[in-house]
Amino acid sequence: MTVTTPDKAPVTDVPASSGTRLVDRVFKMREFAILAVLLVMIAVTQLGNSEFLTEQGIKDLLLNATILVLVATGQSLVVITRNVDLSVGSTLGISAFAAGLYLQGGGNPVVAVLLAVLMGVGFGLLNGLLVSLGQVPALVVTLGTLYIIRGVDSLWVGSRQIVASALPDGFVDFGSGGVWAVPWPALIALAVLVATAYCLKHYGSGRELYALGSNPEAARLAGIPVRRRILAAYIFCGALAGLAGALYLARFGNVDSGTGSGYELTVVSAVVVGGVVFTGGSGSVYGAALGALLLTSINSVLPALGVSSVWVLAINGVLLLLAITVDRIVALRVATALKKRNARHG
Amino acid sequence: MTHPSTTGPAPVLALRDVSKSFGAVRALRDVSLELSPGEVHALAGENGAGKSTLIKTLAGVHRPDSGQVLLDGSPVVFHGPGDARDAGIAVIYQEPTLFPDLSIAENIFMGRRPRRSLGRIDHRATHEATLALMARLGVTLDPDRPARGLSIADQQIVEIAKALSFDARVLIMDEPTAALTGSEVARLFGVVRTLRDQGAAVLFISHRLEEIFQICHRVTTLRDGAFVASEPVDGMTEDDLVRRMVGRDLDELYPKQDVAPGEVALSVRRLTREGVFTDVSFDVRRGEIVGLAGLVGAGRTEVARAVFGIDRWDAGEVHVGGRPLTSGAPSTAMANGLALVPEDRRAQGLVMDLSIERNIGLTGLRSTVRAGLMDRGAERSRSLDWAVRLQVKYARIADAVSTLSGGNQQKVVLAKWLATRPEVLIVDEPTRGIDVGTKAEVHRLLGELAADGVAVLMISSDLPEILGMADRVLVMHEGRLTAELPRSEATEETVMAAATGRAAA
Repeated sequence: MTVTTPDKAPVTDVPASSGTRLVDRVFKMREFAILAVLLVMIAVTQLGNSEFLTEQGIKDLLLNATILVLVATGQSLVVITRNVDLSVGSTLGISAFAAGLYLQGGGNPVVAVLLAVLMGVGFGLLNGLLVSLGQVPALVVTLGTLYIIRGVDSLWVGSRQIVASALPDGFVDFGSGGVWAVPWPALIALAVLVATAYCLKHYGSGRELYALGSNPEAARLAGIPVRRRILAAYIFCGALAGLAGALYLARFGNVDSGTGSGYELTVVSAVVVGGVVFTGGSGSVYGAALGALLLTSINSVLPALGVSSVWVLAINGVLLLLAITVDRIVALRVATALKKRNARHG
Repeated sequence: MTHPSTTGPAPVLALRDVSKSFGAVRALRDVSLELSPGEVHALAGENGAGKSTLIKTLAGVHRPDSGQVLLDGSPVVFHGPGDARDAGIAVIYQEPTLFPDLSIAENIFMGRRPRRSLGRIDHRATHEATLALMARLGVTLDPDRPARGLSIADQQIVEIAKALSFDARVLIMDEPTAALTGSEVARLFGVVRTLRDQGAAVLFISHRLEEIFQICHRVTTLRDGAFVASEPVDGMTEDDLVRRMVGRDLDELYPKQDVAPGEVALSVRRLTREGVFTDVSFDVRRGEIVGLAGLVGAGRTEVARAVFGIDRWDAGEVHVGGRPLTSGAPSTAMANGLALVPEDRRAQGLVMDLSIERNIGLTGLRSTVRAGLMDRGAERSRSLDWAVRLQVKYARIADAVSTLSGGNQQKVVLAKWLATRPEVLIVDEPTRGIDVGTKAEVHRLLGELAADGVAVLMISSDLPEILGMADRVLVMHEGRLTAELPRSEATEETVMAAATGRAAA
């Protein structure tokens, strides 16, 4: 009794893969589409205002995006596991203040950055433990920690403020200096982004994040250490929020108890606009980074075109709905295409 | 209590006096089981007999409260599914456990991918290993295709490839054939025999008794969580096995009543949904049970969904009792006396967290409303009435449906639709995953309904069920009706020939 039918040669290139190519194309197109929108937007702005793409203009564009890109990268890891971290804004604020306070006391800039990252790790650990052990929806848990961290921040900071003049010169210069138009913080964000994307694609633990977001029960049955992976995603997300806090301090030099307030919503928008599916299992950090770049660019584009910045929030909202609608339509199209294929070949 | 006797080689995996409780429910009581290399071992028992708990114990999902799991004769403790897998135990669960967003290759090798330097995944090796597995299984699935949208049969193939990929010493299959059709089952059995000949131990669960006799050497029976017997299949009859499972003799499995069909109740004319099914025409008369057979994916469920109005149709007409239905309007269909018991009772037939009472009451929301408010009393008495009539086994009518066994859940779905007093009842795989005792009850019920003048359209992949219950058999192949056979002409051969497209329409 043989299993294979002998006359059925192993098929290598059959139309069976057309469904796959279609899916592949669609998901690659997603990142491409955001990039296209971004480029068109910048080109139109440049045509309307030739002052827009000067060296300083590009620098500002990148500087504005850097912090959001970092936090969105961390956030997408969490979202891929079918969770969310709403406390990133609070984490960013409190770690920026901690780093600032330490630097004001004459501390070493490198240690200050490490301090901010470690604080982020701590809060990420807290979130991760609550979500993975408590079996409580991440939305509620991190909404709780959002308020708790903000509350602690307010008590601790009070009416104090970190100002740029109190920070070491080197630190502030680092926040705005760089190679030609590319600022140092942007290079850091880029390095983090590329490394994260590489690990997600080429390491088992990275693929396991997708797996457990795609089907948590199956992940458990496949022997994936689900809790440990979720914990790791939160810690990573927290660490990047902390790092973003340090870069925020370097860039703006100005931190008070309200820093980073409401930031989580921008981050989540960037991630979703970038094509990371909110129900987990799908999306890429590059997409999230492009989403972040798109959202922050709108901030710069509107004033350059002479449109009131009052419109920014509304436009962000429209983009978000648009992104979700496109995702939904594409998902339906793909499902139909795959089904038709099954009907023909199955 | 008889302990299984060791005959052939020493067992690879065994349970000794294992008990497991969930709260007050004792799922397993002192159960022993031995799986030997080169042997296909059947596990039989009604729903709720403890088969799933037993499997999950072997798979490292549950840890026994008392008793031992023995691997190669020595006690082991599995701390999780990963431990069991590393010990060479592969499990194919009843519900496929795939990752819809990941590729087929990734699904197969999740957690154990080929590596290259620095611990990175070797994507190319993964791809090639998957191709090799697919060739071994004689199928042509693209390794890079996402698992989303695969038919249940193909999902099952991926699960089997997963088990093959790490040369499992023990393969456990929980109702792998429930969703498969004849040729797919044959292919699966081919794989199982090969594995067996290579020295793997196989544990096989199926509600289709004939399959147990076809492929298994030994059968262990459970009843109410307790061990009943473990014996060779040779020399047993189906009746013997059923008696062990239910503890009593069973009435006839297909209690078909002869009913003279009345006027046409459901008339479907040239119904087409683009890319799904084409030019489907048939009638169902009052008092008639019409079977709709075909391979999975032939478009049977899709026709039923379109007739009921869940999906739109692109061309054609549907009449119920002479009244035309509109495309894509389930409420019109219901108002005209049409009822649909869907294939997937968990996802489509029931609200799992709601009570039995509320679930049955859902279809009667209109009739149990007084002055714009729900009449809870009316709902309860209506639900109780139907639950009793269908002999649903429950503790309290206010219990969540999720606490019931599969067979009883199916009865609740039936009750929910029968409570609407339908003229036409469409049932999609009415006994899939239901134990043999409840199966006979569902069949009896369908027979009685037909005798009462209800027109029944029964979709089923269980060929004996179609042949045993239907007055007429319609067969679909790739979206078209390929045959209409009266009861006298319907045999396994004629139906399968039409279902596989070998017969002229």
